Amino acid sequence: MVLCKNIKIIKRPLFALQTAVVLLLVSCSPLYSQEKEDAIPRDAYVISSIGDARVLLPMLADDATSAGICGLIYNGLTKIGRDLNIVGDLAERWEISGDGLIITFYLKKNVKWHDGAAFTADDVKFSFEKILDTASGSPYISGYTDIKKIEVVDKYTVRFEYKQPYSGALVKLGMGIIPKHIFEKEPDIRRSVYARAPIGTGPYRFSKWESGQYMILEANEGYFEHAPGIKYYVFRIIPDQSVEFLELVSGGIDAMRLNSYQYKYRSETPEFSGRINKYSTLAPTYTYIGYNLKDPVLSDLRVRKALSYAINKKELIDAALFGFGEPCTGPFRKDSVYYDQSVTMYEYDPEKAKTLLAEAGWKDTDGDGILEKDGKEFRIELVTNQGNQEREDVATIVQREWAKVGVKMEIKVVAWAAFLDQFIDKKKFQAILLAWVIPIDPDLYAVWHSDSIENGGLNSISYSNKEVDKLIEASRRELNVEKNAAICHKIHRILAEEAPYTFLFFGYSQIGINKRFSGVDPAPAGVGYNFEDWYVDEKEVKYKF
Amino acid sequence: MRKYIIKRLLLVIPMLIGISFLLFLVMHLSPSDPTAVRYGLNPEVSNSARENFNKLYGLDKPFLEQYLNWMGRFARMDFGNSFIDDAPVREKILSRLPATLLLEMVSLFVILLISLPLGITSAVKKGTKFDNISTITVFIGYAMPTFWLALVLIYIFGYKLEWFPISGMNPWYFQYLSGFDKIKDVLWHLVLPVAATSFGSLAVLSRYSRSSMIEIMEQQYIMTARAKGLTENRIIYVHALKNALLPVVTILGLSLPGLISGSFIFETIFAWPGMGRLGYEAIMNYDYPVVMGVSVMATLLTLFGILIADITYAFVDPRIRYERKK
Repeated sequence: MVLCKNIKIIKRPLFALQTAVVLLLVSCSPLYSQEKEDAIPRDAYVISSIGDARVLLPMLADDATSAGICGLIYNGLTKIGRDLNIVGDLAERWEISGDGLIITFYLKKNVKWHDGAAFTADDVKFSFEKILDTASGSPYISGYTDIKKIEVVDKYTVRFEYKQPYSGALVKLGMGIIPKHIFEKEPDIRRSVYARAPIGTGPYRFSKWESGQYMILEANEGYFEHAPGIKYYVFRIIPDQSVEFLELVSGGIDAMRLNSYQYKYRSETPEFSGRINKYSTLAPTYTYIGYNLKDPVLSDLRVRKALSYAINKKELIDAALFGFGEPCTGPFRKDSVYYDQSVTMYEYDPEKAKTLLAEAGWKDTDGDGILEKDGKEFRIELVTNQGNQEREDVATIVQREWAKVGVKMEIKVVAWAAFLDQFIDKKKFQAILLAWVIPIDPDLYAVWHSDSIENGGLNSISYSNKEVDKLIEASRRELNVEKNAAICHKIHRILAEEAPYTFLFFGYSQIGINKRFSGVDPAPAGVGYNFEDWYVDEKEVKYKF
Repeated sequence: MRKYIIKRLLLVIPMLIGISFLLFLVMHLSPSDPTAVRYGLNPEVSNSARENFNKLYGLDKPFLEQYLNWMGRFARMDFGNSFIDDAPVREKILSRLPATLLLEMVSLFVILLISLPLGITSAVKKGTKFDNISTITVFIGYAMPTFWLALVLIYIFGYKLEWFPISGMNPWYFQYLSGFDKIKDVLWHLVLPVAATSFGSLAVLSRYSRSSMIEIMEQQYIMTARAKGLTENRIIYVHALKNALLPVVTILGLSLPGLISGSFIFETIFAWPGMGRLGYEAIMNYDYPVVMGVSVMATLLTLFGILIADITYAFVDPRIRYERKK
């Protein structure tokens, strides 16, 4: 619990802040540079979210808010480094056997739990066995079912034996480790008090949670890497985004995610630009139009290609995302080795689209601007979910572009629950406009393998290609990154060629952060990946305790 | 009277069963389910993990069995645990109730304080400039979209003038404040939300009290009072007012459930940690136990609110009797 009794909040008028920024620039020069080693955690970083956290156990956290907070409280064996590479976290190093079946982790020896107990290999074994126990109800269990045996070799060595090689293993084993000495006494981890007042090994320890209002984390000065630069990490719940924006500009919060409109047009005022720095990084998401391949019209490859050629992705990005996006051609992260940068298919070409449609037998026989075939007009219904303005804008633009090549498209916007239930699960749609979040591990099984068409899989467009199935399986078994990348490049090319989706664009993740924070490093891994290295210059501190 | 109250209280039981059954049915009839909404398009969550979740929370059982299980727990005053964070529903409600009660009760107090004198004065000064202006003002408040008014108040008084906090009930450093500063801080945070919630609601009470006052003022006993030569103040505040407030009693009784169920719109805009947001978030997430907990509480309070209004009526209005005199 927090011990300090007093707090002093220093309010600075805007002009003073601007001079302070100049001072900060001076203080960043080598002469005055701050030595990280003797930095004492100070000040507080206040961030907000529209919803409360749910559960503070990494194996159960299934919403972005809880997962983000778990990331500050817990550590995994591995973690994702600055450039999306896998680096050791609780593990000093690891060895993978030649057949890829055995991974041995050598753990760091100076790690302590927040309650002072030592972290050992037993905690690791306990954590993954808890995930594999169906009574825990971890939603991520399927990422670990290939594990045959977990063996504690000695206090600081743990060995995982797999039933078959699994390329996602190192990423999945980065799941936050929970303390055995705490949870072995808990009959039901879901309902344990420690799921809401957690004990981890991470740079921040849990301090206070006022449901629906805020959560406070306090710097763990004994953190095994180094003490974090910011003393308190505060997370406030502000459900309304326009109020959130006013709080950011007036200093009530120090950071928030900005949408493209706010980023471009609301950040020009002196209040904003004097206080807030903007950062923009490529987001791990892509937006696409998926075609139901069981649909008689859309099962024709020429038609899907034509629809893809008819969309001007650049214009789409400029109009719907205010320019904050990158064209997409395949299902991997654009900044990863798995994405084949040489695939540049479906550059905007309406003439080619018309030719392809004509080849497929679609002609405008009655001169009304809409194509016909066998007496039927080319009509297509595009379904998307409610509550996402950007997506609705994209749908409207695509509607206009398709009309130019003679395709009449109708847009249907449906509330999320009904959208899943009536359209996705029952596969009752012609085309859908949606986005995928792309995980670090390039595993396409759940979305593109033909096994995932039925049984609640996510291949709702019914894409089935024997070769792609084999490549996905091979990719899952290939632990060598270069070889796996080569397999993924092949998949990428086939998917682009067969156009089951029109891959539209990758979005940007945009964030505004108060200028008093230094050490922010926008990287492929995002803006917050090195949060423990952030600090506030002594003169800039706002909250003094 | 006692017999009547007991009869009414006993009636609550079948009504509660009927209402809760309908609620349960409506929730299950709506498309989708808790698991689909939560894990719908998450490639990292396999189908077997989703089935396991259903099993863990008893969602794989038939509808009637689920309802009877709920009813059984409810009879023992156990509302179950939330699907979303596994916290006991009772605790979730209790942690949110104080914030809503505080905001709603202060608002109600402010509404009464302003709208009753406003309505009565309007009635007494019917047709004057005062009546017209107050009528127009309360109707503007009534017609104005409440979320817009709230945002305008925040923008002007919170953001531009910095007189009041923009949002929230307690700042995160609340625990560092001294006792007196804590109270001051809460009051300071209350101003904008109370202003926003009250302004829109002035119309209802002030119009009710105005029209009932006008009706009373035309009664013959008022004429008698005037003929007796009583002062106008005595006529209005002693003779007319008591009777004019009768309909207000009903409205107050019916506003009881509103005191605890809160307002989703205001709580969202002002980041107020109350029941309205809890209920709304539960509905959006298909969190059945929380939805049931919140709505059953609202149902109970509605039923009691009506009962209390009826009983108070019998006390304040001698014309109303619930039992035949022997």
